[in-house]
Amino acid sequence: MNKYTDTGKKDTRSGFGVGLVEAGRADSRVLALTADLKGSLKMDAFAAEFPERFIECGIAEANMVGAAAGLAIAGKIPFIGSFAEFVTGRVYDQLRQEVAYGMTNVKIASSHAGITLGEDGATHQTMEDIALMRALPGMVVLVPCDFNQTVAATIAAAKYDGPVYLRFGRPSVPNFTPEGEPFEIGKAYVLNEGSDVTIFACGHTVWESLLAAEALASEGVSAEVINVATVKPLDVKTIVASVRKTGKAVVAEEHNMAGGLGEAVSGVLAAECPARIGFVNGADRFGGSGTPAELMKAYGLDAEGIAAAVRKLLK
Amino acid sequence: MVTQAKSGHPGGSLSTADILSALYFGVMDHNPATWTRDDRGQDQFILSAGHLAPVYYSVLARAGYFPVSELGTLRKMGSLLQGHPSVRKGLKGVTQASGSLGQGVSVAAGLALAKKMDGDPHCVYVLCGDGESEEGQIWEGAEFATHHGLGNLIGITDWNGQQIDGSVESVCGGGDLEGKWRSFGWNVLTADGHDIDAILDAFAKAKALGQQTSRPTMILFKTEMGHGVDFMAGTHKWHGKAPSEEQCAAALAQLEETLGDYE
Repeated sequence: MNKYTDTGKKDTRSGFGVGLVEAGRADSRVLALTADLKGSLKMDAFAAEFPERFIECGIAEANMVGAAAGLAIAGKIPFIGSFAEFVTGRVYDQLRQEVAYGMTNVKIASSHAGITLGEDGATHQTMEDIALMRALPGMVVLVPCDFNQTVAATIAAAKYDGPVYLRFGRPSVPNFTPEGEPFEIGKAYVLNEGSDVTIFACGHTVWESLLAAEALASEGVSAEVINVATVKPLDVKTIVASVRKTGKAVVAEEHNMAGGLGEAVSGVLAAECPARIGFVNGADRFGGSGTPAELMKAYGLDAEGIAAAVRKLLK
Repeated sequence: MVTQAKSGHPGGSLSTADILSALYFGVMDHNPATWTRDDRGQDQFILSAGHLAPVYYSVLARAGYFPVSELGTLRKMGSLLQGHPSVRKGLKGVTQASGSLGQGVSVAAGLALAKKMDGDPHCVYVLCGDGESEEGQIWEGAEFATHHGLGNLIGITDWNGQQIDGSVESVCGGGDLEGKWRSFGWNVLTADGHDIDAILDAFAKAKALGQQTSRPTMILFKTEMGHGVDFMAGTHKWHGKAPSEEQCAAALAQLEETLGDYE
């Protein structure tokens, strides 16, 4: 039933790096700024091809946000890149005043998001960033699921006129989105059709949800899997139509409960189509050191954890 | 304006009135008729210390960006003149929102870098407070501007020695402001911020220095909070407090020239 094939593991941050170069070739206004994390953000290729459009800001994220706002006001399309925690929580007020309230065309490239950052531990792992970015009026929040989709989402972000938060990660994960499939901001992608339950996911939990759906199918449970690659604005129509059909939902995300995709989807369903909902997320916790796979398992965010949440909901 | 609004920040507005007047009427190459937010082909100004909105709006109106009659709407429901500058209602002349302190040097540096990339020879000016310079981001912006050789960036510090809770000295020290900017690689000038000739001269020197050195320049203008009104001068007590009707009348009577031509 799973029509998606893992074409080989790749990291989503490398998808950003490839997308950034393509966006840069398509539009000379595209710039890349980083706070001493050029390599981690996979900006090397962009910096090599467009050295005059790559701006190193040093370990000074707050200034990077302000400088990007200035460049955007002057007509540039700056991508600011750092680890997710350091381009959200660390600079929340700067993003609020200079980018969201100030209505500047800045793209926030947020790498190493969630617990799959791994060994560096909780200081570098954010499970709160989606909540922070969702809370900013007018901010578009994109959480692509694999390498190919991150390439496409980066290109779409560059073309979109307005602030965008683009979240991706560090580990190599299955790459299954068809190469070259355009990314539509605001669209939720129905990956598997099903009739008993809808699994909503974003980012790294999308592939895990597909695996969970496969396991559930062998138990006679028909799960629909929807990739909510745009967390804000939500594709209300697709979400509601699916749950009207299945009657139940599980929301799986590499993020905490507060302010994440789970609460976003719950809000829509409460208003439009009340349903029983199960949640797969980090609850109300910080991360810790470990390998990405160990952490996903420990936090119950892998296929097994998602399938368990569906079974519990269907009991 | 501040009396009509019943809240706001008169002290710093009075301390920077001479500097901003000189800047908009004698220094900047700008044209309200063709102004756009991206301001390519003109000098640009960023008000980092957003609470100086009253004097900023006043200067913008008199320079022709919007009718002087708008000034009476300061801080009122639905006004273009928000308590702190906003770009959301399309107020002409305002390039970026401000109010949360310490961010303007970064924004101005971004604008200046864009001008450098685009070969636009114009300058970007940014005004900060001395109290505001306690914010760490100011210094992040300072090192960034030096590193990127932004000779087209001119900083202005309203060096009045006062902030909300008291004198800058008593609140958190402040240290050697001149030495700090110099150590971050900026050219530094000091001038009397209430002497128009001295102000014009400092701006001319700053522009020349920037061109010669390809480094940003900070002008520390010695000013007095509440300047021109005896009961407001030199004290932090009028940083963020509106004068009453009686106090306002007394203050306006003291100013050498009042332009109260708005309703």
